[in-house]
Amino acid sequence: MTKTEEIFEYLKWRFEDANLVYHPANSGQPWIIISAPFIREISHFLRDDMELRFDSLMCLSGVHYPSEEMLGVTYHIHSTRYGYNLVLKVAVNVNDPLVPSVESIWKTADWHEREAWDMLGIKFEGHPNLTRILCPDDWEGFPLRKDYVQQDTYLGLETK
Amino acid sequence: MGFLDKKYHDDNIIIVSLENALNWARQSSLWYMQFGLACCAIEMMATAASRYDLDRLGIIPRSSPRQADVMIVAGTVTMKMASRIKRLYNQMSEPRYVISMGSCSNCGGPYWEHGYHVLKGVDKIVPVDVYIPGCPPRPEALLEGFLKLQAKITNETLVDSEIEQK
Repeated sequence: MTKTEEIFEYLKWRFEDANLVYHPANSGQPWIIISAPFIREISHFLRDDMELRFDSLMCLSGVHYPSEEMLGVTYHIHSTRYGYNLVLKVAVNVNDPLVPSVESIWKTADWHEREAWDMLGIKFEGHPNLTRILCPDDWEGFPLRKDYVQQDTYLGLETK
Repeated sequence: MGFLDKKYHDDNIIIVSLENALNWARQSSLWYMQFGLACCAIEMMATAASRYDLDRLGIIPRSSPRQADVMIVAGTVTMKMASRIKRLYNQMSEPRYVISMGSCSNCGGPYWEHGYHVLKGVDKIVPVDVYIPGCPPRPEALLEGFLKLQAKITNETLVDSEIEQK
């Protein structure tokens, strides 16, 4: 069981309600699209399942899809025991960007989720300290959104 | 400069103008505040290390702004950092000098147009004595910046410029 497709079939059998979709890739890695509310449950399963053991979160990235008015999160996970790699994606509406936090599963997610919150405004439910990590706490807006409008001044200093 | 390598008539007495003595002392012990903001700090560290050896010019790092004479702004000044730079500058005792090292602190550098988070020049918050161009400047450039600052200090005067005009 090494390919994303095989892992997908395994997950689909286990999580029937999660609207799992397999997305093939022309280049690079294929990915699995997951309904956002299930991400923590599925992550927990992927980490603790004896045949998978995805014990490492390599990267967690926020994405803005302006034409779909969606915000997304991409998870790259790795199994150090079996050498598997897997890409998971969730997407939520930009007006209500709630994604369950996976901080309790992989501690790597702590700062990565804070960055996604800081840059794109994705709210991670259950994160113990979801504050800005790069910008100052009183910064306005989310800089990596495609419709971001830069504030003219910060603490009386021109930003342009 | 130069009165230490001469022979004098009397013991323990050197006659020199106060201005020259003060300027000589200041330019010969430019202690800089030990902090770096970005990649320019790597060049600053290289300048302080054995190959370029800032120490031979009496220039040594100090870890406290209270003991520092010169602040090298070595790197990108983000909006978040700007208030901290200003505070550190205010904590330095006078006379104090500022060297702006590299394009970022001179004018915003590569972030001059699309860097939403970068202050476009550290001279917006603190007065700058010497600007060093480069991205990042080589250690030679930083050394020349220090020589320029020493030249500037050599010409300083205790006389109030307004009184001088009268």
